[in-house]
Amino acid sequence: MNSASLFAILIGGLLVNNFVLSQFLGICPFLGVSKKLNSAVGMSLAVIFVMVMATAATWPLYTFLLEPNSLGYLQTIVFILIIAALVQLVEIALKRFVPPLYNSLGIYLPLITTNCAVLGVTILNIDKGYDFVQSLVNALGAGLGFLLAMVMFAGVRERLESADIPKGLQGLPSTLVAAALVSLSFIGFQGLFGL
Amino acid sequence: MANYTQTFTKGLIRENPVLRLVLGTCPTLAVTTAAMNGLGMGAAATFVLVCSNIVISLLRHIIPGKVRLPSYIVIIAGFTTIVQMLVKAYLPSIDQALGIYLPLIVVNCIILGRAEAFASKNNVALSALDGLGMGAGFTAALIIMGSLRELLGSGTIFGWPEGGLIPSITIFVLPAGGFFVFGILIWLTNRLSKKLEGDTARRELTGRVCAACDTGGCPNAAICSLAAGEAADAEKPDVKRRESAHE
Repeated sequence: MNSASLFAILIGGLLVNNFVLSQFLGICPFLGVSKKLNSAVGMSLAVIFVMVMATAATWPLYTFLLEPNSLGYLQTIVFILIIAALVQLVEIALKRFVPPLYNSLGIYLPLITTNCAVLGVTILNIDKGYDFVQSLVNALGAGLGFLLAMVMFAGVRERLESADIPKGLQGLPSTLVAAALVSLSFIGFQGLFGL
Repeated sequence: MANYTQTFTKGLIRENPVLRLVLGTCPTLAVTTAAMNGLGMGAAATFVLVCSNIVISLLRHIIPGKVRLPSYIVIIAGFTTIVQMLVKAYLPSIDQALGIYLPLIVVNCIILGRAEAFASKNNVALSALDGLGMGAGFTAALIIMGSLRELLGSGTIFGWPEGGLIPSITIFVLPAGGFFVFGILIWLTNRLSKKLEGDTARRELTGRVCAACDTGGCPNAAICSLAAGEAADAEKPDVKRRESAHE
């Protein structure tokens, strides 16, 4: 069992091992949805929500059902199915019971199924041997880290829009170079709390 | 016959999944700290891609349209698990290097994208060739990027020579270097393919965030267009109303 403190796990996910900028999980939405601040925030909130829910569903299932029956090798299939089903359920439930939340997050939910950050966090929780609470905190930290990266990068890209960039580098290449610079700043957090 | 050749070769350069369509960016950036890891990831993904393309193509008349995406994901997840077990058993060093990115092949947009865009509409032989071509393009891109980053970051290529060819610049094996090298590579590929084809009327790839939107390969396509234009807002009147009320 991993004995890392909850605070260290939270900061680890948020800053030191930022999912997007240090672990390259969830790059597609990071590049695709960070053009406007509004959609960046909406997408990130939906990701945080699904990450925590998915962890709450997959951790007990793995620990109490798959592991004792030595079915650990089914992890990938089971987890992706659970995430897919969960996203559908959350969508239906939100639509039925919390329409305002559905209106703001609903459009992002179906796209999250294939977001590697969500599957990534559920697998990492098992790999690192976190207990249930640690896993939830790790999912929350990773989601908040995703939000932080998205919001920061949306700001950078707004400036990039008006910049005078050589024609060949316009669009994706300059966006990636900008991402490199943002990621560079996160190297400064390395070694924090001995993580 | 030309059809078959073209199906295979289009994935190499013209529709290279990584450098032209910009799919599967997560593993591309994450595992290319060394050329060998790029090769391992490429081979694993190619195996899954070819196998899932074959199976999905065989089942294309049987799987009902409504549940096709979940079915594809289960098929892909099955093959991903097989690869995971094989790599763990026979190539433990690669397994160590790829880590979590090996199970994450299941959410690689290239594989689901080819299933949806190609294998679900074409016969088995064509689908297998398409998977092979796309896989080869993916692997080639990973090896090129892995070699560049390894050369600049550690001074070696595929771990050769022992002491390093040139002084190393560590930043290139760090995440920041991954983004940087990827950006420059995409720029170079765009220049190269423009020169090779001599076209001006072709879709301007550099102008868009994600060229995969047009090929229908990316699951994020809907949300990207939402972020890019106001068109989607018009379709969602309540979203717009809320926004204006907010202001």
